Amino acid sequence: MKADLELYDYWPYRDRPRIIWPGGARLAFWVAPNIEFYELDPPANPYRKPWPRPFPDVGSYSIRDYGNRVGHERQMRLLERYGIRGSVSLSAALCEHHPEIIDACAERDWEFFSHGIYNTRYTYGMSEEQEREMILDAMDTIEKHTGQRPAGYLAPALSHSEHTMDLFAEAGGIYTCDLFHDDQPTPVRVRGGQRFISIPYSLEMNDTIAYVVNRIEPRRYGRMLRDNFDRLYAEGEVSGTVMCIPTHNYQVSCPHRLHALEQALEYITGHADVWVTTGREIAEYFLDHFHDAVSEDILRKRECAREVTPMKSEKQRANGS
Amino acid sequence: MALDPKLLQYRRRGRGMDHDRYEWSRLHEREPVNWPDGARLALWVNVCVQFFPLNQRGEPFAPPGGMSMPYPDLRHFSLRDYGNRVGIFRLLDTFDRFRLKPSFAVNGAMVERAPYLVSVLRERGDEILAHGWDMDSLHHGGLAPEEESELIKRSLDSLQEAMGREVRGWLSPARNESPSTPDLLAEQGLGWFADWVNDDMPYCFHTRAGDLWAMPLSNELEDRFILMQNLHSEDSWVDQVCDACDFLLKEADTAGGRILSLNLHPWLMGQPHRIGRLEAALDYITSQPGAWPAAPGEILKVCAG
Repeated sequence: MKADLELYDYWPYRDRPRIIWPGGARLAFWVAPNIEFYELDPPANPYRKPWPRPFPDVGSYSIRDYGNRVGHERQMRLLERYGIRGSVSLSAALCEHHPEIIDACAERDWEFFSHGIYNTRYTYGMSEEQEREMILDAMDTIEKHTGQRPAGYLAPALSHSEHTMDLFAEAGGIYTCDLFHDDQPTPVRVRGGQRFISIPYSLEMNDTIAYVVNRIEPRRYGRMLRDNFDRLYAEGEVSGTVMCIPTHNYQVSCPHRLHALEQALEYITGHADVWVTTGREIAEYFLDHFHDAVSEDILRKRECAREVTPMKSEKQRANGS
Repeated sequence: MALDPKLLQYRRRGRGMDHDRYEWSRLHEREPVNWPDGARLALWVNVCVQFFPLNQRGEPFAPPGGMSMPYPDLRHFSLRDYGNRVGIFRLLDTFDRFRLKPSFAVNGAMVERAPYLVSVLRERGDEILAHGWDMDSLHHGGLAPEEESELIKRSLDSLQEAMGREVRGWLSPARNESPSTPDLLAEQGLGWFADWVNDDMPYCFHTRAGDLWAMPLSNELEDRFILMQNLHSEDSWVDQVCDACDFLLKEADTAGGRILSLNLHPWLMGQPHRIGRLEAALDYITSQPGAWPAAPGEILKVCAG
């Protein structure tokens, strides 16, 4: 294990090169519905249990199934009303289990990015070869069913290895949603040297984190979304920011919760200079227009910091002095 | 490092569900359901009448709401009892004021523990669900099938005899099941159960002894889930229930009848500082045009055609 995978460099949130989104927009806004399949009885990964209760965990499994049976359609119609194309974080096997859902998203020109095969299969314990195979299987499956080769990756159930980013970049991906270190896109270092970036996806705005982990009230969630937007929108005048709302149909689409999201979407899309877009479009635009300037700025600030604070020599560090 | 290749097999990766219990079906694609008299929203209130034994075994886990202190955990034991002595009578008065048709999910052990309460429920004639034997008798895969079958039979027999009428519905303690629970329920003659929370409307659930109806009893709107697990305020519970009511009524305009189900615990909602919030929520719901207070059996009758 390492103290830091060194996927990105420290890059202070001040005096950054100015990002301007298409049409002069100051905030890129995207919604990422997770469309997931959880297995009732998956093989047991030695590092993480799929369900809190012994088999069959009826409550945990069935509320997730609710998302696909009931919730998806509700959220899709809501996003449509506000002119938002979802960027789907997709369990690839869902294409096989429930193709109707995928067809409905594809008809609406949504983006599909990879979220592994099943959300009950974790990366933990996989060899590099096994992880590569899983990543390619998911990408191939999604491409076969949607015609889209996924550009982005959110590892299944956010389970990673030390090489997850390397492997996804080698498979042709261009962005990751797995890192929460910034409110703007940043370059991510991969061993193959590909131009690979992180797009802000937000753990804090994630409905499941909000509702299940932090156990907050629906109306407070709606308020948090609007507050999050207000600050990122204001700061976007200096340099363009990214706001993401990651959702899950089994959380956000429950009858007592959808209104909170609706109010937030109404509020956000009611502002001028908001680029309502998808993960892939943000990634491509950033790569084409800002990636190199940002990389240079990161490098410059790193060098600059070296001059101010002399680093210990390699030998001193090795001696632990 | 590598995973055993067996862990990377995908046995049920294909069309539909990854099990054979029910068909894959999307709610918005089904035929709309029409409630009587043009109603749009059925209001189903269910109350859990429960016994939490002091000598809890916690097999295979401690039930939510169960004993959590070293033996004898008198604080939780007696507070749960409060619900069956005091809280429930507040609830009954409230329900009658709003002319609801509540159902009661009753542990079999309550027949001997509170015969007075059981006789009140018998006289009222409300619909009864069997709710297992007690809250520490969980249905789980560690039970032998005969053992579990006997547990169901004992719970059902005790209730049917005490109530003097047939019991058709079931709610497992802690909503926990063994792999065979639905089969055993159907074998014992039950018609429906409410453990699974994957739908907003009733649907057919397959067992080896024929189909059961799966009834939607929301866990996410339960008093226990919102107040005790999430630690939300009473006011927030009212907000969440009223927001759900608004949403479902609106959806019913175009999609057909919907169900707002509230699962309540007298040891929580029957408290003096909470009952008023329940009344506020019921006042809101029942004053909506199109609201229909209904017992689960009435709801099922419409859905089963």
